[in-house]
Amino acid sequence: MSAQAAAPPPAAEGARARRLTERVFRVRELGIIVAFLALVAVTGILEPRFLEAGSLRNLALNASIFAILAVGQTLVLVTRNVDLSVGSVLGLSAYFAGDLLSNHQGLPIPVVFLLGIALGAACGLFNGILVTWGQVPALVVTLGTLYMFRGLAFLWTNGTQVNAETLPDAFLNLGTDSVLGVPFLVLIALVVMLAVGQWLRDYRAGRELYAIGSNPEGARLAGVRSERRVLTAFVLAGALAGLGGVLFTARFGTVDATAGFGYELTVIAAAVVGGVAIFGGAGSVYGAAMGALLLGTITSSLIVLKVAAFWQQAAIGALLLLAIAFDRFVALRVEAALRRRSARRAG
Amino acid sequence: MSEPIIALEHAEKSYGAVRALRGGDIALRPGEVRALVGENGAGKSTLVKLLGGVVRLDTGTMRVDGEAVDFHSPTAARDAGIAVIYQEPTLFPDLSVAENVVMGFHPLGALRRIDRGAMRKEVKGLLDRLGVRLDPDRPVRGLSIADQQIVEIAKALSFDARVLIMDEPTAALSGNEVERLFNVVRALREEGAAVLFISHRIEEVFSICDTATVMRDGAVVHDARIADMTPDDMVRRMVGRELSALFPKQDAQVGEPVMKVHRLTREGVFFDVSFEVRAGEIVALAGLVGAGRSEVARAIFGIDKPDAGHVEVGGRTLPPGRPLVAMRAGIGFVPEDRRQQGLVMDLSIARNATMTRTGALARGGLIRSGAEDRLAKEWATRLQLKFHRLADPVGFLSGGNQQKVVLAKWLATEPKLLILDEPTRGIDVGTKSEVHRLMSELAGEGLAVLMISSELPEVLGMADRVLVMHEGRLTAEIARDDADEESVIRAATGQVQEAAA
Repeated sequence: MSAQAAAPPPAAEGARARRLTERVFRVRELGIIVAFLALVAVTGILEPRFLEAGSLRNLALNASIFAILAVGQTLVLVTRNVDLSVGSVLGLSAYFAGDLLSNHQGLPIPVVFLLGIALGAACGLFNGILVTWGQVPALVVTLGTLYMFRGLAFLWTNGTQVNAETLPDAFLNLGTDSVLGVPFLVLIALVVMLAVGQWLRDYRAGRELYAIGSNPEGARLAGVRSERRVLTAFVLAGALAGLGGVLFTARFGTVDATAGFGYELTVIAAAVVGGVAIFGGAGSVYGAAMGALLLGTITSSLIVLKVAAFWQQAAIGALLLLAIAFDRFVALRVEAALRRRSARRAG
Repeated sequence: MSEPIIALEHAEKSYGAVRALRGGDIALRPGEVRALVGENGAGKSTLVKLLGGVVRLDTGTMRVDGEAVDFHSPTAARDAGIAVIYQEPTLFPDLSVAENVVMGFHPLGALRRIDRGAMRKEVKGLLDRLGVRLDPDRPVRGLSIADQQIVEIAKALSFDARVLIMDEPTAALSGNEVERLFNVVRALREEGAAVLFISHRIEEVFSICDTATVMRDGAVVHDARIADMTPDDMVRRMVGRELSALFPKQDAQVGEPVMKVHRLTREGVFFDVSFEVRAGEIVALAGLVGAGRSEVARAIFGIDKPDAGHVEVGGRTLPPGRPLVAMRAGIGFVPEDRRQQGLVMDLSIARNATMTRTGALARGGLIRSGAEDRLAKEWATRLQLKFHRLADPVGFLSGGNQQKVVLAKWLATEPKLLILDEPTRGIDVGTKSEVHRLMSELAGEGLAVLMISSELPEVLGMADRVLVMHEGRLTAEIARDDADEESVIRAATGQVQEAAA
């Protein structure tokens, strides 16, 4: 039993508890922003070139694709599942988009996007079916498809790569163009984040994802169609990875079978740093996207500061542990605060 | 007689080789509050799950308004107007109280977005109806068990149910809350709904129900009006045999104090709690749910650290927050929540029963399974455990037999003091008296017992001395001969001045 198992708390206290949790939430997102700004400032002082417009722009562009994947990953994580295959799906979709455009110059670009998204969604559907109907743990399913989709990409590319010269300029420009000063890629990431964020917050289906992650058996008894919802989460995560793949090709131009290799761990790290609970039920896509921005910035600033690659990895790992330690610390503080509060009431 | 809203005829249901239900006949009519009683494992929960659409019939017929139906999901049952409060917790700890209540059926506004204002208002209304002050916006995580139960009830009332099924809704509630729940039940009856009420508390059944269905061994054995039954009659039909004396308390030689608790305090939970327990003595810790009794027990055993005060066992002060030291000093602790805290449900009976003795059973760091089985068998025989194989997961056992495994686990450590938190909660009548007999026997052998119980008959029947807590403080200490329902309830509800504890 928890410490505050006392009489029903008066409404005023509940409101205070709510404000407390809200504050904690804000502290979390605020913490990421502060960490981000501090990082940019320190790096900027040590290496002023880091603050040039082009460099900052690169930062945002790099983070965009990760942010889109992190948004998709959040959908899966809140249902108490995980998708390890997103990096491979991205690779598959990236090569698919490049190959398509190289061989069919006249193909309209929106069609390429739709096909890339559809390919990703199909991969997600495959994952989702195995997880829901097959009742195989997502960790195992997506670990398998992580290798399988990557293998497919190797088979398909057969050691070749798509080069930027063979791609239409209009497509490559998407990776660098801006709309009203905001890079197109960043814009897409923002739109994806806001759309998914709203869906998770304000729609039944979105809320049901949290319910499933918070108590799977309870969700079933409440009449939530868990299988369908989890399937949807996987399909959306796959579709967003597919979108990420097409954007990857537009941004980098050169694509081979290793595109997106190892992304899955970065993406999960970003979501966890952003406050998404690894055991489901809690977290927001905004946090996850900000986590992606922070991780990307760390990597870039360490590169700019010419820190050895090992330290970059170690820094990301340290940040992950820090984020988890922070969550635990806050949870204990909240519990202690609630206890003291009821002490005041009783005393 | 009016037509039943819902009825089961010759219902059968098996889980693998186990026939959980082999003769389920029940009908719920408008304006009727029907009790469903029976020992654990009698098939009540299976019947509830059938009515709730959680599991499907093997054979037999289910009728709603006279028409044969087949619920293939909980949603189908809900659409037919059937609300169920399940025994196991179905709440979402990460979500707010309001969302827990309306999950899947959020009120929608423009563009099918969730209308949070309407949601809050609706849930506030429901909670007001239940007479509880609970903020709809606070997360469910951290709510007391009683408050969680209230949320479950609000959830079931959140739509206009024609049939309300409650599987032990009162297990965690205090007297006031039970009374409010009963008022809601009576209001539903006035509105023409049918209510199915499952409880182990016979007195509640007699105070609220109109009719009763008695189940035994997977079949309905009796169906009658409450007015035509007596409590003894009902228990006899549930058990199928005469019960020997319900509380077989033997007189025991009370010896030296085994444990002394000195001014134990944990801020916000309990304050200045002092008492002692002597060898051969059963001391009951009574009080309402949430009075801080379990928390005192947890602090004594070292699970939670007290902010002040200390515990002495055998004259030595225990370091705070060290369960292992408490164990070595001779304390055993049977927790309230058997499934979560008392047992590892997926592990075998033998493993669970010997878990406290792994050190003694090991040779060179490896546990010898032969020794493990021998020890488990010894205790299984002593406690008359009903089981198939010692290697079966403990989750296969009925609640009462699970509790015996927990007891075996602690008795195997040869404790000087045994703390029992709600030792018979959710246990059927027959096993209950076995547990009571065992407690009495152990006390006779010189074991000191500290028993936390919310059931007054159990407290009055078993205890040599009753300590009563109210809102975190000891309010009374009553000797066996002076203890009666009135004196305990008065102290538990804070109607007496602080007594010298």
